[in-house]
Amino acid sequence: MQLDERKAEPGVRQVTPQLLLPGESVATSSAPINNDAQQALRRESRWGGLGSWLAANPKVAFGLGIVGFFVLVAILGPVIIRQSPTAFSSDVLQPPSTAHWLGTTQTGQDVFAQVVIGTRVSLAVGLGTGFLATIVSVIIGLTAGYFGGLIDDMLSLLINVFLVIPALPLAIILAAYFPFRGPLPVAIIVTITGWAWGARVLRAQTLSMRRREFVEAARASGETSLRIIFAEILPNVIAIVAAGLVGTVIYAILAEVGLEFLGLGDVTTVSWGTIFYWAQNNEALLLGAWWWFLAPGCCVALLGAGLAFINFGIDELANPRLRRERLAKKPAKAKKVEA
Amino acid sequence: MQHLLRRSGFYLVALWASITLNFLIPRLVPGNPAQVLIARLQGRIDPRAEHAMEIAFGISHASLWNQYLEYLGNLAHGNLGISITYFPTPVATVIRQDLPWTLTLMGTAVVISFVSGTLLGIIVAWRRGSRLDALLPPALTFLSAIPYFWLALIILYVLGFVLNWFPLSGGYALSIEPGWTPDFLLSAVQHALLPAFTIVISSIAGWLLGMRNAMMTTLGEDYVLMARAKGLSEQRVMLTYAARNAILPNITGFALSLGFVVGGALLTEIVFSYPGIGFALLQAVQNSDYALLQGIFLIIAVAVLGANFLADLMYVALDPRVRQERS
Repeated sequence: MQLDERKAEPGVRQVTPQLLLPGESVATSSAPINNDAQQALRRESRWGGLGSWLAANPKVAFGLGIVGFFVLVAILGPVIIRQSPTAFSSDVLQPPSTAHWLGTTQTGQDVFAQVVIGTRVSLAVGLGTGFLATIVSVIIGLTAGYFGGLIDDMLSLLINVFLVIPALPLAIILAAYFPFRGPLPVAIIVTITGWAWGARVLRAQTLSMRRREFVEAARASGETSLRIIFAEILPNVIAIVAAGLVGTVIYAILAEVGLEFLGLGDVTTVSWGTIFYWAQNNEALLLGAWWWFLAPGCCVALLGAGLAFINFGIDELANPRLRRERLAKKPAKAKKVEA
Repeated sequence: MQHLLRRSGFYLVALWASITLNFLIPRLVPGNPAQVLIARLQGRIDPRAEHAMEIAFGISHASLWNQYLEYLGNLAHGNLGISITYFPTPVATVIRQDLPWTLTLMGTAVVISFVSGTLLGIIVAWRRGSRLDALLPPALTFLSAIPYFWLALIILYVLGFVLNWFPLSGGYALSIEPGWTPDFLLSAVQHALLPAFTIVISSIAGWLLGMRNAMMTTLGEDYVLMARAKGLSEQRVMLTYAARNAILPNITGFALSLGFVVGGALLTEIVFSYPGIGFALLQAVQNSDYALLQGIFLIIAVAVLGANFLADLMYVALDPRVRQERS
């Protein structure tokens, strides 16, 4: 644990705006130097460069492909699948066939329909929780790092306590006591147990940035702390925020599926986790019904792998030392923007 | 020394936070869960019995602060309340019965995983660029990216159900009386093999990659080159020069994972219906057995905090730089 901190602090990373994904326009607005020529270059290289950048980063392209596929399924799934995922039928415990692509459950429900419909809830809770936890970690991490002193001491203590308290058991306790069950409590609980890691990394980065010239300049020109933190420092740590976001989404999806598998979600909603819950409760294993839990597990594993691939890419962007030669071949272009 | 005091202070605060969370969570929820249970029985039981139950479950109408003091006092005496699942067994007894199962299973699995993962990491780093290096790390990373309980279910299905090599659930065959007999021990080992195997499979990649990455750094150091130039044997350069200086993160990681020996087995035990702490936690959740739930959380939290403290101590003991920096 300590080793990580020691490693993270000295390596100040300057994010080159050219290498950011589209949509993260925040980064450009307060980059230290702005002039027309560079902005033009940036605009051109941002969109034009995206294709070639993805081509040079097969990992990220692969990851984005997988995640994009699941997003599509989540949006379109309920439109395409007309069949109700919870409708009973007389085809009980059928193995995969042309009528039921992924077989049926003990009450004759179609597993394929359940997996497709369940994608929406699972993905929404995973992404939503990831965003929520990242927002919390950004606010706490940046505040602690920027102010230092007593505020930092208090917030660091809070971060470290949450890091050290075992997450899964705490999540189980919280879920067991929550007055009602469903996707919302799961999201809140996973946020509570999942924000601390990102906050610690961000705090360390902010700490190394608070004495930099552009922060001092902003302070000298009388900008408020709020503005300095979120308009000056945040854009410079956006790559770390992005990596933290993807990592948190992975954690959120696994935690969500785990809690639902234990029956701590709303077992009447259809999601990947509740499919596991019903499979386990009906002893699918002892009935030899492998198809019941095979598909949702594959989905979780695939989505997790896709997100992990995206994160490898972001890591390479943020940390030049990890970059392969292919990326390093174009230093001239990157330098211009940075200069 | 000052560093150690500061760390001890931190862990005391963390321990206090865990205990207080454990105390507060049930009481912040509208409607005390135990009261809900009694309400369910209302009209069917004698008011006096109701009062007795309230006392047994530790429901009091005192102020929050007094309840807190009482709770701390009970904890100090090792009184964790009474389990509803195993009524009227005290929670402490339930935990004491289940803990040895978890400790043996997880302890063995974690040690096997750490030793073999670290050794494989050393070998893979030493032969970097070889076919082994190209295949092993990605393959194991993929395995560890799969949600653990799903991997365990698949392995259980294939090796337990289809091939029938291993028993499907439990810690020992129910036909055998528990005791220190060869029959019982053999049965216990048979039942532990598959869960232990799944834990090793899912955790080995972390050790391997950690060791490999750290070795990569030390392999580039001058003293490794020097050792080679002196004509030392391959094995000696690999183990006592490169690996020895790279193993620190893995050793502290090992200390950390000892904390999860108690808590990390939750999903393993649930999938394999293994009679340890994790399985007891699941039953506590399903039976709304809040005293047991809190007791188990407390045990896990204490174990994890202790392991973290141990890791800190080892770090200071093993890395002279930390000592010098802080003193």
